[in-house]
Amino acid sequence: MSFPWAEQYTPVNPLMKWVDDRLPLPRFVYNAVGAGYAVPRNLNYWWNFGVLSGFALVLQLVTGIILAMHYGANAGVAFDSVEHIMRDVNGGWLLRYAHANGASFFFIVVYIHIFRGLFFGSYKAPREMVWLLGLVIFLLMMATAFMGYVLPWGQMSFWGAKVITGLFGAIPVVGEPIQTWLLGGFAPGNAALNRFFSLHYLLPFVIAAVVILHIWALHIPGSSNPTGVDVKGPQDTVPFHPYYTAKDGFGLGVFLIIYALVLFFGPNMLGHPDNYIPANPMSTPAHIVPEWYFWPFYAILRAFTFDFFFVPAKLLGVLAMFASILLLFVLPWLDTSPVRSGRYRPLFRKFFYLLLVDVAILGYCGGAPAAEPYVMISQIAAAYYFAHFLIILPIVSKIERPLPLPNSITEAVLGHEPAAVAAE
Amino acid sequence: MVRLLAALVGIFFSGMLLYSFGSGAVAYISEPPVPTVEHEFHEHPRQIAWSFDGPLGHYDKQQLQRGFQVYKEVCSACHSLRLVAFRDLKDLGYNEAEVKAIAKNWAIKAPDIDPKTGEPSTRAPVPADHFPLPFANNVAAQAANNNAIPPDLSLMTKSRHDGSNYVHSLLTGFGPQPKKLLEEFPDAKTPNGLHYNRYFANLNLAMAPPLTAEGQVTYGPGQPKPTVDQMAQDVSAFLTWTAEPKLENRKSAGIAVVFFLLVATVLAYLSYQTIWADKKH
Repeated sequence: MSFPWAEQYTPVNPLMKWVDDRLPLPRFVYNAVGAGYAVPRNLNYWWNFGVLSGFALVLQLVTGIILAMHYGANAGVAFDSVEHIMRDVNGGWLLRYAHANGASFFFIVVYIHIFRGLFFGSYKAPREMVWLLGLVIFLLMMATAFMGYVLPWGQMSFWGAKVITGLFGAIPVVGEPIQTWLLGGFAPGNAALNRFFSLHYLLPFVIAAVVILHIWALHIPGSSNPTGVDVKGPQDTVPFHPYYTAKDGFGLGVFLIIYALVLFFGPNMLGHPDNYIPANPMSTPAHIVPEWYFWPFYAILRAFTFDFFFVPAKLLGVLAMFASILLLFVLPWLDTSPVRSGRYRPLFRKFFYLLLVDVAILGYCGGAPAAEPYVMISQIAAAYYFAHFLIILPIVSKIERPLPLPNSITEAVLGHEPAAVAAE
Repeated sequence: MVRLLAALVGIFFSGMLLYSFGSGAVAYISEPPVPTVEHEFHEHPRQIAWSFDGPLGHYDKQQLQRGFQVYKEVCSACHSLRLVAFRDLKDLGYNEAEVKAIAKNWAIKAPDIDPKTGEPSTRAPVPADHFPLPFANNVAAQAANNNAIPPDLSLMTKSRHDGSNYVHSLLTGFGPQPKKLLEEFPDAKTPNGLHYNRYFANLNLAMAPPLTAEGQVTYGPGQPKPTVDQMAQDVSAFLTWTAEPKLENRKSAGIAVVFFLLVATVLAYLSYQTIWADKKH
């Protein structure tokens, strides 16, 4: 794995040597996140977000497991058990706010991680598998977050569950039986709540397993870097520990400060007030909206207002919403440019920034009521989203003239000083 | 092949979306959306400077006690507070004996079971009890309130946008319908049995104005004059506490955590710089 000059594990402590001879776990950890992993020396702060995503996953696992000790997964008691956690469990308010906001911050860091990959071409050969596994993690996260939002059994929990499972109801012929089967009834109820809780507890461990595959696949070619130029020799890399553990430690501190500010001073800022009203099947909220991290996809879902011959608009919306994520799985084969980094792709870069703005607009429209002018805006934005990935990117990668690439990572770092480059 | 298929899918979705946009835009221009009465006359809550605002915010216990008095003498006749226990009132500054007395003298009795016959009965609440419900069930609540169920108030300030300001505004926002409203929307006249309130989402509220006259609740000596606005503010503060009883713990813990993290992050930055000192990057 990795490069021939990477440092080798040599146990100092006799106990570690004894363990390593019998089960090379210390060696495995050393090569994965220790000095044995050689990493390009020029990673910028955007490369902190992989570690931060891993941290967010652990945070959710730890807070979630403790919350589950106090939570009652039954439609009769779920809402009150959450309030019991907030009022009577020691430190319960902290755990619950940490978990609810932790989900939001998990998505924030993962979205930054994804957009970093999009800009620097991290999805390109030889790292396609890293990208694909990352998308699997993203899909699992979405499922987990959706089911987690149902558990407090407030109004948005109930109606969100109804709307999202209703998406499957849009499938012709078999749609409604599938929806009933998923929910264990005709509407969300105790059966749905119980299975959502069970899966909400299971899926994070599946995510953890796919994260291990994601990192494993990353370690085959090694990390990419902001220039997108391949590692050429030992002077291009530094050992992960202590160089990047130190840098990630600083990044983690900054992340935790922002997280703590929201958690302690605005813990309900990212939530919806309606979820503090107990679920009531007889009363529909004025605007049913999912959590903010689903808004761009929700906007795409609602942007389709016209039937296409015999295909109803609702089904089109569902197909487009799923397509908007699934198309990322073929991205490595849509963008054929041999240059990875957006730094050296002037035309690609313009469209990339346009995509960033576009997704932000989609997000805004997804959170707004389904009325004009938001629907019209989201139609334009969604049209660009599909055009960007499916039409523009393949053309850009054909016609673009990339800027000259540096000869090596070291040269990019030290500039064109032959003496300095030679000295390293 | 992949790129060809992708382009076709892209043209289909983008084309459908642009077509939808086009016909939506035509409809929007030919028939602009009609303004609704809610859109024209609903108002956002007025902003009050609360003692619990900001990172150093804390509850004003005197105000919470006054607010509790307003709840007890006015709101509790119809509105439950089912998530709050009498023992929680210690947070408001009442001592053990006072909490016991409040529970014992509460107007609504706690449900119980007669230990001899097993028949349902009632008893005076004890501090461990949650506030007893004013109505036996929703049917009884509807029957007594012109078909509307008075909502539980435990989480009211968290279940509305800008909740503390909203409750205060709502309580002081009753009044006759503006002339302009009746001129522009003659059909929107407040129906009998409902009450016009410019802060309520659909403008017509089943609840009659609960706070109507200065001095409706008698405050103790040294307290501000119980004007309608003062009573509304006090009960809003009280309901902020019922919804978020751990607010003070949260904010003080937050100050300590952020301070700790700032120090730790500075140290982490310095160690990052030290470790990288020999590597240009």
